[in-house]
Amino acid sequence: MSQIPALIPGTLLFTAFAALFAGLIRVSWGYALTVLGIGTSFVISLMGVSAVLQEGELRYHLGGWQPPLGIEWVLDPLSAFMVTLITGIGFTVIVYAPRSIRFETPGKEGFFYPSIALLLAGLAGVSLTGDVFNLYIFIEIAALAAYALLAVGDRRAPVAVFRYLIFGAVGGGFYLLGVGFLYYSAGTLNMADLAERIPELYQSRSVIAAAVLMVTGLGLKMALFPMHLWLPDVYNFAPSVSAGLIAPIMTKVSAYAIVRLFLDVFHPSFFVETLPITTLVGWLAVGGILVGSILAIAQSDFRRMLAYSSVGQISYVALGIGLANPIGLIGGLLHIVNHALMKGCLFLIGGNVRLRTGLVEIPRFAGLGRAMPWTMVAFTVAALAMVGIPPTAGFFSKYYLLLGSVDAGNWIFFAVIIVSSLLSAIYFFRVLEMVYREAPESAEGEGGGSDGGGAHPGGEAPASMLVPVLALAVAILLVGIFNVVIVDRLLEPAVAPLAE
Amino acid sequence: MSLRFDSGLPEGLAGSAHRGMSRTYHSLFVDVVTKAMVPMIQVFAFYVIFHGHYSPGGGFQGGVMLAASIMLLRLAMGQEESFRRFPPDWGMLLAAGGTLLFAVLGVLPMVFGGNFLDYEYIPFLGAEAATRRYWGILLAEVFIGFLVWGALVAIYDALSGGGE
Repeated sequence: MSQIPALIPGTLLFTAFAALFAGLIRVSWGYALTVLGIGTSFVISLMGVSAVLQEGELRYHLGGWQPPLGIEWVLDPLSAFMVTLITGIGFTVIVYAPRSIRFETPGKEGFFYPSIALLLAGLAGVSLTGDVFNLYIFIEIAALAAYALLAVGDRRAPVAVFRYLIFGAVGGGFYLLGVGFLYYSAGTLNMADLAERIPELYQSRSVIAAAVLMVTGLGLKMALFPMHLWLPDVYNFAPSVSAGLIAPIMTKVSAYAIVRLFLDVFHPSFFVETLPITTLVGWLAVGGILVGSILAIAQSDFRRMLAYSSVGQISYVALGIGLANPIGLIGGLLHIVNHALMKGCLFLIGGNVRLRTGLVEIPRFAGLGRAMPWTMVAFTVAALAMVGIPPTAGFFSKYYLLLGSVDAGNWIFFAVIIVSSLLSAIYFFRVLEMVYREAPESAEGEGGGSDGGGAHPGGEAPASMLVPVLALAVAILLVGIFNVVIVDRLLEPAVAPLAE
Repeated sequence: MSLRFDSGLPEGLAGSAHRGMSRTYHSLFVDVVTKAMVPMIQVFAFYVIFHGHYSPGGGFQGGVMLAASIMLLRLAMGQEESFRRFPPDWGMLLAAGGTLLFAVLGVLPMVFGGNFLDYEYIPFLGAEAATRRYWGILLAEVFIGFLVWGALVAIYDALSGGGE
């Protein structure tokens, strides 16, 4: 039991390198090992959730060194929630992966699977660590794996990813500089220890600088408007599997790190009153929601539309931070899991369509509803969830955010959430309408289909790709219906520091 | 000049590119100095690695020096010769192998009831707790050295297009 915090990232890290060697001998062995490793870590994460619910938080000291000096990993309700989400999405995607990877990036499988495990190890580490410097290490491990996974896509992917690398490195640098300032003024890196020492130093200029630098750095990594410019190209040109893995969880983990700083390192009052960071984040989120949704409407490439919609959706999480009241932050945190399920599902659906028809342009999707009925059922569920129709998961996070806005008395935020739901309705119903239209007779489509415009010879996606997509669609419904359990058991204890 | 060189210098010191991209210039001095320097860099790198646990230095620093020695070979001798001495696949293998061994070393204490990386719990590293920690840290430094060595060479090869 007490080893759980180390076992989750440990298993993933071990898997990554063992799978690399197994993959050199035979690719399928590497794949089998990766599935096994990620599956194991998912099971351990679930055990972690039950352990936390029964026994309270688990604190783990690496190498037996005691906290102020040693590194501490903490499994509390919030981090248990995050690692379960990360490993769960990871497991779904790894089951989905082989067919799609073989189709989109042939010859790269041997390195693809270990990189997925490495990415998950990094993200799980970020969620579990109780040490601000250790968090930087893990965020960079995850980022390096992500660069590799994203760059093997289209011909234009390397350029887009190189830009992401620069943004990411600058973000990491800002964060590290902030950690340096914090260490300089407080003399410790442990989060719990920092939380005790910082209140005396609220007026210290280096602590203020540290907070600003750390939030800016993480904001860059989470694609907080207006620092989102790297994101659309990267998700657009990436392989479907990478986008389906990284879009759901990568930016969310940076948002989680900001929440950690907000709640557990600096006291909430510091971010709200001493330094109005939450107010700023909230208004940036408003910008991101509107810009992301409007630009998503303008796109005709399915993947690019999803990428812009990600900019809008991550801003909901930021909006939850910006509201800085318990119910609003619960909405933001719940949106992490909701959006992960929805966006993962949508990107994987894009992969299914691409495998069978080679299409990425929405205007040519006509007739897909008949050719790939089950994939499109999943798409309908995910699209309804993105718009926020009950009882899908997307409704409830927006509902909590609305309640939070009312609590805060901020009617502009309230209006923005409503308006952006309508905007997402526009861009998703546009696709739905196209999908369920009759396929045009051969020459009716614009310019005459060069690669098989109207006729979709492929039919439904193979089972290995269909089942994960349907599983995510079912998860969207289940999380929606049972969201009260998640909120009561995991998220409410997590936002307790705000209620004081 | 009647000196003999094992890398076939007769076409002169002027720098012909007849071996293609692999070797763009020739220099007697570079060849001789490289051959003298590389073993010394490597010996010093191993010294840094093996004394890292009780003096300045360690796996990272030593690994960087080992990688630097390979990069010197690559720069001075061209791909053909240096790939014979250090094939491009080795970089990735060393990096992954080093990390894997490090992960095993980290997990071993958990098998014997300790925390991750708590070398005190590995029974076969010595009789006393301090001795076990000593050997544990030394082994960790060695594995880190290998992984840094391999990773940096792999990055160099990838950037110079050598791994293709």
